[in-house]
Order: sequence, then C-alpha cells, then structure tokens
Amino acid sequence: MKPVFEYTKGMRETELHYCPGCTHGIAHRLIMEVLEERGDIGNAIGVSPVGCSIVAHQYMNVDMLESPHGRAPAVASGIKRVHPNSPVFTYQGDGDLASIGTNEIIHAAERGEKFCTFFINNAIYGMTGGQMAPTTLIGQKTTTCVDGRTVEQAGMPMRMCEIISNMDRAVYVERVSLDSPANVRKAKSAVRRAFKVQDLKLGFAFVEFLSICPTNWGLSAPKSLEWLRENMMPYYPVQQFKCPEEVKEVR
Amino acid sequence: MAEKKLMKGNEAFAAAAINAGCRYYFGYPITPQSEIPEYMSRELKKVGGSFIQAESELGAINMAYGAAAAGGRVLITSSSPGIALMQESIGLICSVQLPLVIMDVMRGGPGIGSIQPGQADYNQVTRGGSNGDYHTMVYAPNSIQEAIDMIGKAYDVADEYRNPVIIAADGMLGQMMEPVVMPEPKAPLTEEEIPAVKPYCLTGHKFKRDRHAINSVWLKQELLEDYINAFWPKYEKAERELPEWESRDLDGAEVVFVSYGSTSRVVLEAMDLLAQEGIKTGLIRPKTLWPFPVKAFEEIGAATKHIISVELSQGQMMMDVKLAVEGKWPVSLINRVGGMLLDPYEVVDRTKKIMEVK
Amino acid sequence: MAKKGKLEFRADRCKGCELCVTACPMHILKLDDVVVNRKGYHPISVIDADKCIGCASCAMMCPDGIINVYVEE
Repeated sequence: MKPVFEYTKGMRETELHYCPGCTHGIAHRLIMEVLEERGDIGNAIGVSPVGCSIVAHQYMNVDMLESPHGRAPAVASGIKRVHPNSPVFTYQGDGDLASIGTNEIIHAAERGEKFCTFFINNAIYGMTGGQMAPTTLIGQKTTTCVDGRTVEQAGMPMRMCEIISNMDRAVYVERVSLDSPANVRKAKSAVRRAFKVQDLKLGFAFVEFLSICPTNWGLSAPKSLEWLRENMMPYYPVQQFKCPEEVKEVR
Repeated sequence: MAEKKLMKGNEAFAAAAINAGCRYYFGYPITPQSEIPEYMSRELKKVGGSFIQAESELGAINMAYGAAAAGGRVLITSSSPGIALMQESIGLICSVQLPLVIMDVMRGGPGIGSIQPGQADYNQVTRGGSNGDYHTMVYAPNSIQEAIDMIGKAYDVADEYRNPVIIAADGMLGQMMEPVVMPEPKAPLTEEEIPAVKPYCLTGHKFKRDRHAINSVWLKQELLEDYINAFWPKYEKAERELPEWESRDLDGAEVVFVSYGSTSRVVLEAMDLLAQEGIKTGLIRPKTLWPFPVKAFEEIGAATKHIISVELSQGQMMMDVKLAVEGKWPVSLINRVGGMLLDPYEVVDRTKKIMEVK
Repeated sequence: MAKKGKLEFRADRCKGCELCVTACPMHILKLDDVVVNRKGYHPISVIDADKCIGCASCAMMCPDGIINVYVEE
C-alpha cells in the first residue's frame, strides 16, 4: 500500500480543541504541510493571534509566540529584523486583522514586510461567542446584531484582500476558500506561492481563507459549507488579486 | 580614554543604547523625545542595525516584543502619553519574561498634557500601568552621564531578570546638553550566538529542541497562578539587590529632601541657599524608583524633624516616601505639576513654611 | 481503472463534523450509528470499503487530521 495522504509531521500530536467542522484545522495543516515540504519546520517562526487560534502553538510544530490582539504584523516585523532569513508568518482571524489590527496590517503591507499573513475570514467573532466581525455580511445575525447587520448601524463588511491589494508593496494577494477538496488544494498552492514570495524577498504576501464557523453560525458543518458558497463567495470573490511573475508558476 | 563630548540628552540616550549593543529601534515621534528616533534613523544602519518608524506606539512596542522574543537587543522610547499607549504590551512582555529597555522621557500630564518636563509618570512606571501582577525595574537618572551609565546597566539587568527595565528621565534631561563620556562599546550577539546565550528565544527549533511556544494566555487558572508564583521570586531578588540611591548630608539635618531626576539638582541648589541661612538639610536621591530604596531611610538621624518629597507630580513619590519612613516622621510635599518646573527659591520658601507649621 | 484505496482513521479523535462525508465522491462515509467515541461523538466509519478510490478528498477536508489514505501499488 502506497500512502496518498498522511497527516503532516508539522502538526503536533495534541488534539485540536477547535469546534467540530472548524476549518482552522484545515488551514493550520496546509501551512504546516507546505513548511514540511520546504524543509522549514525547523526554521519557521509563527505569530498566533488573539482569537480561537491563540493556542495554535499547541498544534503547529514551529517556534511561535502569542501576540496582543491585532498586533501580529508588528510583532512579525520585529522578528523578521532579527532573523531576516527565517520564514516568518502571522495567522490571524477577522477580528484580529480587520478590526483592532487594521493599522498594523496596512502598514506592514505598505512597508512590504517580508513575511506572510494568513487571514482566516469566517465573518464572525468565534472565541468570544459569536459577535459581529468587520467581515460579517449584511443581514447576517450575530449576538451584537441580533436582527441582522445593517449598513446604517455598522457599515459595509470589509473586503481585506481588496484593501491590501491597493498597497504597492503587497505584491502577492490572493483569496482562497476552504469549502471543498478542490478549493483546499488551490488554497495550499496559494500558501506555497506566499512562502516563495518570502524566499525571494519580493514584498508582502497575503492570503485570505474563506472559512466556516458552524457553532456561531448555528449550522452543521456541511450546511456551513453551503452557506459560505451562497453568501460569502458572492461578496468575497475567490480570486488572485496580485501575483509576481516569479511565483505565478508555483502550484 | 574615551573622549568627552557635548551631547544633547536625547541623542546621548540613543548613542548609549547603540554603545551597549542595541541594534533594533522601533519608534514614533512624540515631544520631547523625537530626537531619539531621528538619531536612530541615521545611526543604526551604520552599525548594521534596523530602524522602523512604526505606525504608532502600539506598533513600536509590539515590534520590540517580536525582536526581543527573537533574541535581539532592542530600545523603545516614548514620552508619557505614548508610554500609556504601550502599557498593554509592556505588561505582556513582563508576563512572558523577555528582556527590553524602555525609556520614558516624561512630560506633564494627565492626558495629552503639556510638552514640558514632568515626573508624573511615577505611578505609571512603578505601579505598573498594565493589567495583572508584574513589576518593571525603574531607573531615574539625574544627569545625561548617569542616564548613559544606567542604559548600559539596564540591558544587563533586563537580560539577567528577563524583564523590561524602564529608564524614567524627565524631559529636561532629554533636551539639555552636557559633556559626557561613552563607556566601552559592547558588541551585540550574532544571530548564531542567540540560542546558546538566550535559549528561550525564538530562532527556529532546527529539530535540535522542542519548539518554543511563548504564551501569555492561560486557559487553566491554576497553571497561571503556579506560573506567577514561580517567577515572582525574581522580583523579591530585585528588591534585595537592585535598590540604588545617593544620600547627602543626612547627619544633623533638620530637613531631609527626597527627590530624583533633574528636580534633585534644583534641590541641591536650594540646600546651599538654606545652609547659608543656617538651616541644615540633607537629600536622599533615589536612583531606582522600583525597587524603591527603602533602606536609605534607615540612615536618617534623630536631628531630622521633616521629610519633604520634592517632585514634579501630585504626591506620587510621596506615597512611597511615607511607606519607607513608616510613620516615624511627617512627610510633606513641595511640587509643581502640568509641566511647570521648580526653582531653588521656591523650594527654599516652601521649605521654610513647612518648618514653621510643624 | 480506478485505484483501490484504503482508509485509516484515528476514530477516537473524530468530532463527527461530517465534512468528510460531504466530500466523498463515492458516498461511502457515514457516522457510526452505534459507536460513541471517548469524546462523545459518533465517529466516522466506511460503509463500503471496496468502493474507495483513494482520492483523499476526505482527508483534504478533515480538520482534525484523523484520516490517512493509501492505495494499492
């Protein structure tokens, strides 16, 4: 028997505490698979955010540290100054990156910081029990907009890829989705491209993962995948916004 | 023998940090310390260091957290409102036990305050402006030379205790010029040397050790309590070993002043003026604000009738003086706030009033 | 001709989320009606192992890394 898929050694033995069906588990695995392929598990340094994945360091087998809410891009900038040749990444949720952390991500992108940011967009605040996120959709119900988000009260949801791709030094910006095996494979390719951009020191690399939160959406995991396709994809299109020539061929 | 140079305080502080091996500076302009990021932006690259003008003080302190976690020797500077903004991360860096040197070039407060010198961050730096149980060591220079020496020492203390160390200089020291001598320069660690000297730092585990997970959140409160109790002895050690002070003329003094920073130099002049009128006074000058030099007060003699805290704050240090004297003497206050300064004549007049009343 | 695939599960870690069930193109995965694992979930099981083609779609979608996939050489 020949292995087709074996769980990456980049993920530690610890069982994930995430809710059943939470796609953090998939996103974590993709990043660790790519680092393992590159032989970088021993070299990489990651920054985990405040959010459900604050304890990502219990699962990812790389040197990691927790960051204050939203500040991961600043923390990563400091790490990269001391270790300019080590692969560095931040892993951030939508409250962390698109709410409290917008200042840090915009400036890191415009400085062209040579690390990768992996942004988990599930349109809600998970860890604190399902409040509205900057990425919550119009009409979507959360505990801080129980009748559904309205434009008058909360403004429009923020499309981070669109914003980041306006920064000149954000050279690789792509939105992917974790809703199907085919899209998961494409997401992994995006992670490979992001780390290649870092290798070549081309500038800032940003990958947004459309993700589900079954618990706070109040849906089963399979139904959540449908909700993502029907509601999130039209507003957050899965596409490659910017890609340097040098990494276009990376699959 | 190193040459004596006339330097502006802020520039000397930056030069002293580079001299002590600092190669990472992340800062944001704020009066009265903007010359520090300006100096660093020019000079750090000449020694192979990294400078970032961060998006805000929040960005700067968190860049420092990352660089310190990665094993770098970092300097952070700001003034009072900027330090207030950094507090979340200062407490967090204490919670994860990483070394860092932070300079607070203090100005009048509260709020946005004034851009003139102050000492009203005393509580902010000694009581801890962030959440939870922790301490930062605090040094208070009264001259640019002393600040240079304290910056060098602060890096060693920060490394030894794995803790942020704050240098509380008032805006006067940052802006004035004095002749100074830089000590022998120290080389920073190379990237390869970091794992051996600072094994707790993030360097990529290279499969030679388990991965480091630097965490500040604790989902099990029993473990957090154990963790706090496990590192707390280092603060008790600091209280035994780190207090520093200068005392003068305590013998036979009717009044003992307690004062730090540039205010203490005003007090010295006032002491001369009072001596000319036959009034004997002494001075205890704390050089560490945390741990506060409680032992200095054991040297006060029977002749002393008044202790006076002289500060540019609303009695913030007076509280620590009262704790230190344990009720043995009345403690009074001579102060200005909001960025106003004391002059020796005002100190003399107010001292005499205090002596009449009691 | 389709490959013959074989699945290995760490069923004690399964949280019964059914992402693998929806992903499987051969529809051969189902939560076990009877068994309850130590986490309290009905874990995943294979209805018709002979139909497995070793595509690893299930493993792609499993957030908890409980599935390894092999094919006959």
